[in-house]
Amino acid sequence: MTGGSTTGDDGSTAPAAGPAEKRQPWPLWEVFVRSSRGLSHVHAGSLHAPDADMALRNARDLYTRRNEGVSLWVVPSSAIITSDPSAKEQFFESPQGKDYRHATYYTKSEGVKHL
Amino acid sequence: MAAPAATQYGSPDVDAAGQQLFDELIAQDSRIEPRDWMPEAYRKSLTRQISQHAHSEIIGMQPEANWITRAPSLKRKAILMAKVQDEAGHGLYLYSAAETLGTPRDKMTEDLIAGKARYSSIFNYPVLTWADIGAIGWLVDGAAICNQVPLCRASYGPYGRAMVRICKEESFHQRQGFEILLELANGTQAQRDMAQDAINRWYAPSLMMFGPPDDDSPNSKQSMAWNIKRFSNDELRSRFVGMIAEQVKALGLSLPDPDVRFNEDTGKWEHGPLDWEEFKEVLAGRGPCNAQRMERRREAHEDGAWVREAAAAYADKQARRAASATEAA
Repeated sequence: MTGGSTTGDDGSTAPAAGPAEKRQPWPLWEVFVRSSRGLSHVHAGSLHAPDADMALRNARDLYTRRNEGVSLWVVPSSAIITSDPSAKEQFFESPQGKDYRHATYYTKSEGVKHL
Repeated sequence: MAAPAATQYGSPDVDAAGQQLFDELIAQDSRIEPRDWMPEAYRKSLTRQISQHAHSEIIGMQPEANWITRAPSLKRKAILMAKVQDEAGHGLYLYSAAETLGTPRDKMTEDLIAGKARYSSIFNYPVLTWADIGAIGWLVDGAAICNQVPLCRASYGPYGRAMVRICKEESFHQRQGFEILLELANGTQAQRDMAQDAINRWYAPSLMMFGPPDDDSPNSKQSMAWNIKRFSNDELRSRFVGMIAEQVKALGLSLPDPDVRFNEDTGKWEHGPLDWEEFKEVLAGRGPCNAQRMERRREAHEDGAWVREAAAAYADKQARRAASATEAA
């Protein structure tokens, strides 16, 4: 830090940017956090890290600063296979006319206990 | 999730169907997710907003980090460190959200360092005394919360989710700032004066954090039509003035604005005129600390280069060893 003020807040001028860094970007990881025993891991967000070990450590620092988890998963984003959002109708079966898959469809037994 | 857009763009059929679904989702006040078709202008506008927001969190670490060594007690140092660490986290949540729109994080970092990207004008003001740390928490983080709570419902899923996480953590920031001011306000006359002086200097800049007045805010209208913004700049500013006008009473101090009042007719809080010329100057890079903030950010990035290189080299070596072990087996 340049400048002589006690806070460093003296508005001194900045130098030109240094030479560009040559490296491959770190891969992207998806982070899943289990908030307590008995619950599933839930997607919390993503981060960049050079390897799995660093991804796990970064995930701990980034997503569990307030005791949010008892267990972490990190998964390379490139390993996740997703469904096509624009093919929603073709891919997901239409629920239309299939009310019988829900308990509320069966009304004749109303009033019968423990059913 | 930061998957690149899988939807094929450019073919008229896909674009027409995509636009139709997009319009339907916005009309239903539903959410747009990364792999959905979206208008190019929506993608661009969000990338700009979210990356600027991320840069603000990252630059925002500096004025407070400068005060960690001078915080008056071990407790205050620990609190300030936790807060600065939160700001780093908020920056990273937001970079992740912005990345889902297709711009890599490294590109955003480069843009910031090259001076091509903007961040909130508030961080270009100097932090002169310990009371400023209190005023920043109370007013700057308070204004940020006011702005961010409605963004939890932003139409772009990853942005909204990042904001939910951020807002939860942000309330500690505001309260710790208020508490610093409250302690000073109950201290000696010199301490009370210091607290009042900090409020006097941070009041107007924090009101300007909501952005230019509605009649001079070109992006607002489109942003509201897309359900990204839910309330106008002036609406949020007025709400914020109402909150702090009450809160300042608990401090036994005052706001440096004789025109603050509740207008019974409009049902809105009003404040005195703000210096928008100053706002434009600071935004254009000519504020008191712009150059210093940029220099420090660049320095930190360059100083960290060897760490990033070493971590990448180590990961490569481990991967090569694992590969040759598999071959040998």
